[in-house]
Amino acid sequence: MKAVVTVMPKPAILDPAGVATGRAMEHLGLKGVRSIRIGKSIEIEVDGADEKQLHEICHDLLSNPVVEDYKLEILS
Amino acid sequence: MANPAITPELIAKHGLSPEEYEKALSILGREPSFEELGVFSVMWSEHCSYKNSRPELRKFPTTGPSVLVKAGEENAGVIDIGDGWAVAFKIESHNHPSAVEPFQGAATGVGGIIRDIFTMGARPVFLMDSLRFGSIEGNSEQAKTNRRLFAGVVAGIAHYGNCIGLPTVAGEVYFDESYSGNPLVNAFCLGILRHEQIARGAAEGVGNPVFYVGAETGRDGLAGAAFASRELTEESKADRPAVQVGDPFREKLLLEACLELLATDAVAGIQDMGAAGLTCSTCETASRGGTGVEIDIQLVPQRAKGQTPYEVLLSESQERMLVIVKKGQEDVVKRIFEKWDLPYAEIGKVTDDGKMRVRNGKDVVVDIPARSLADDGPLYHREAAPFTQPSALDFSTVPQADPADVLPKLLAHPSIASKRWVWRQYDHMVRTGTAVLPGSDAAVFIVREANKILAAATDCNAIYCKLDPSVGARIAVAECARNLACSGAVPLGVTDNLNFGNPHKPENFYQLRAAVEGISEGCRAFGVPVTGGNVSLYNESPAGAIDPTPTISMVGRIDDASHITTQTFKEAGDQVYLLGETGNELGGSHYLLAIHSRKEGAPPAMDFDKEKAIHIALLGVIRKGLVRSAHDCSEGGLAVAIAESTFGTGLGALIDLGATNDRPDVVLFNETQGRIVLSTKASDAPALEKELATTGIPFRKIGEVTAKADLSIKTGSNAYSWKGADLEHTFESAIPSLMEG
Amino acid sequence: MRVAVIQFPGSNCDTDCQAALLSFPGAQAGIVWHKETSLAGYDAVVLPGGFSYGDYLRCGSIARFSPIMGAVRGAADAGVLVIGICNGFQILCEAGLLPGTLMRNNGLLFRCENLHLRVENANSPFTSILHKGQVLEIPIAHGEGSYFADPETLKKLNANNQILLRYCDAKGNVSPEANPNGSLENIAGICSHGRNVFGLMPHPERVCDPLLGGTDGRGIFQSMIEWTASHQARK
Repeated sequence: MKAVVTVMPKPAILDPAGVATGRAMEHLGLKGVRSIRIGKSIEIEVDGADEKQLHEICHDLLSNPVVEDYKLEILS
Repeated sequence: MANPAITPELIAKHGLSPEEYEKALSILGREPSFEELGVFSVMWSEHCSYKNSRPELRKFPTTGPSVLVKAGEENAGVIDIGDGWAVAFKIESHNHPSAVEPFQGAATGVGGIIRDIFTMGARPVFLMDSLRFGSIEGNSEQAKTNRRLFAGVVAGIAHYGNCIGLPTVAGEVYFDESYSGNPLVNAFCLGILRHEQIARGAAEGVGNPVFYVGAETGRDGLAGAAFASRELTEESKADRPAVQVGDPFREKLLLEACLELLATDAVAGIQDMGAAGLTCSTCETASRGGTGVEIDIQLVPQRAKGQTPYEVLLSESQERMLVIVKKGQEDVVKRIFEKWDLPYAEIGKVTDDGKMRVRNGKDVVVDIPARSLADDGPLYHREAAPFTQPSALDFSTVPQADPADVLPKLLAHPSIASKRWVWRQYDHMVRTGTAVLPGSDAAVFIVREANKILAAATDCNAIYCKLDPSVGARIAVAECARNLACSGAVPLGVTDNLNFGNPHKPENFYQLRAAVEGISEGCRAFGVPVTGGNVSLYNESPAGAIDPTPTISMVGRIDDASHITTQTFKEAGDQVYLLGETGNELGGSHYLLAIHSRKEGAPPAMDFDKEKAIHIALLGVIRKGLVRSAHDCSEGGLAVAIAESTFGTGLGALIDLGATNDRPDVVLFNETQGRIVLSTKASDAPALEKELATTGIPFRKIGEVTAKADLSIKTGSNAYSWKGADLEHTFESAIPSLMEG
Repeated sequence: MRVAVIQFPGSNCDTDCQAALLSFPGAQAGIVWHKETSLAGYDAVVLPGGFSYGDYLRCGSIARFSPIMGAVRGAADAGVLVIGICNGFQILCEAGLLPGTLMRNNGLLFRCENLHLRVENANSPFTSILHKGQVLEIPIAHGEGSYFADPETLKKLNANNQILLRYCDAKGNVSPEANPNGSLENIAGICSHGRNVFGLMPHPERVCDPLLGGTDGRGIFQSMIEWTASHQARK
């Protein structure tokens, strides 16, 4: 099974890396930057797992549910 | 979106008692607005107002010839250190947030205390921390949680301290069941300044503009009450009250920008936005200035859309300051904050009507007398339960354990074991001032710009405090002073972090009262003022309250670099001495806890006169150049202290404690106070003994440092021997093996 | 030797470097703000340690675009000495002034400790008063210090004697146990092909004072001072 997990900071949470990167983009000439949020993309290839298990792993390990949301996309 | 109606349920959700609400009504002469309800709720919370503890805190000795800003006046106290230089320092807790999100809870705790220091006009120079967790041993769910909390807290402190460029130079970490579910994270910061640089958080000068500087406001840390009163739609789910996230980079910029701003003539007052953010800073500056402050929410830089005035007022977004600027000097702020690429906005002005007034454009949403909020809040005199002194431990009930096994077990106990796993994650060398690295009794830091040598230590044995809070608190102060003496320093001042359970329970309140009284006695005995501190209550879970933990941090000064002393032995052939009695008090000892699983007995006695005499004697011989190492005896007693003196040196020790009527385990592991293990060059021994003899303190030669890395201790007719390398390995590997498996 | 110590937003070791340099009679050191665009008149440039731009995105990834970097590149091209310490090394790599990159420590934790370095080559303006094989005790303090370069680049670095410092034990053995972060070949510091740009992860400015635990950092700065003096004499 192939899956991609995208982990992003929750919308209301401050993303300091996003803020700093957004300002850097402005300094590099990209005006009009409204928002930058930086997360992680985790590519998984695994045998014999089901979607429910993957969701648990996403919740327990790959993301910090206090400050992050995750999106699980099963590719095959 | 309309504000909710004020109902008894809403008032209760805001944590206000019916009496407190009545008081608010009488101050206003009318019903409060929803925003005003929020303002009263945070300003009169325990966290902001200390309503349950203020009457006790008044007992602290806070004055003295060296005190330039005393406890309670401003965000941190300031003490003179000579030659026109001063230090601002304080300790603060962030316990509850760290239980929810350990990394960010600890990080924002560090960020908050750093702001409290630079808001005084001081450049922060170093940090310390005092951390407590439940046991990290074993594989229970609770142990796994405790390990996760421990790792998260340390990583959070490292993240914030390292990024902002401040060394964490000392601290303590304890593990005890009473902290399961209620970790303690107490963060300390010290900054340096010239007397004339002291900045105050008062709104001076009617008509002066009020500026907001620093990060944009978001929904960080909003009280649950705010959210409970909104309709939950799909959109608002995303807005859910956010955990506060620290941005140490932003704070570094803010720190540099504020210090640059303070170096100009443009600032009339400055206050950081910490707990209760904009609300607290607005009414406190007005109250201190005897003036009023009016601000417009719509002018506040915001990070999220559609925030209500209530949310903006109560947000605990980090890295923000309120600056009262002298009229006409607004461009100075613009220049500096644009240089440092930080948001800033003129959001209001200083008025003469004593009110905290908040507008939302044309509408007034808050209009409250500032003083009633900041200073005249509710005050409670809680009930203290009567206390029965614990009886002395009956040794006949304590089976004698074999010291050969006990010493390694004690060294492996996470509270005693090496904390290198922790402090190696902290940059403890940045700012090139750390003369004594973490791992010794006290940190020693050379403040280059002032040419002053400071020492600092933080201590609290909470077992003693649990058994007898008054004695435990006195010992905490004495232990700090003893650690400073061992580094060659005289004490200058104390800051305290009182961590206790629910104050409505009389037995907890007794602990708070007794601890404050014990700390006060200790500070008077050592001639040091309390410069400020923090109170954290309600540290308890259904299982019970934490052991009472009045953490003490003490700052001292070393007059000459040649006096700097560390705890490890230096050379084979050096003679080892014990200052103080051999002792025999086992009550509350780690030996009793770790080996016999008992937390009982009376804690060791504290005699301030005896203790002081020993410190003074030690400092005397240090100043005469007669001391090569000094280490105080604390948890685990003499055997642990001597073993620790050998670690990292490749040396050993041959020790004979002499004839005794006491059992070997009692002699080796008792925690009698006022004891220091000292070493001197063999050729200096006669001079040392001559000098010590004039002081009248008890002291004895107990052995010598050996080239062979074995530790041998003889007591009475019993002799024990351990391989130094084994003991050191046990000591160093205890925490890494628990944390890294 | 007139030294410019560049201050980026988030630099922390700028004043430490300045203070260390000022302890040498032959050196003057001033802080230069990252928005300046000229380094005229300076004999040497220091990119100090710290967390420029919070280390956000990637360490040094934003600082490399600072206005001053044009002048730093110009100085490097003109043969001025450029030394990047810790975050400074990361910035030089991001800017392409040195090959390779610094990645997260293999132990995943930030590490601050004293350790040993072996001088691999004394034929550079930064190591000229030291000797090959000399062991120095200099502290590290980083979370992303693991040096990586592709095999081609590593071959070139070795062939051209561009590797100036390697992590070693107290006796000078370059061993896996002595490697604190997983750097390839225990690489702690490298110089450019032209030899006037030097990047190292350890902090020499922290060991220039006997009261602060040692003076093994002085050799690097002293080498720079003497090289500058001899080059000025030749002009």
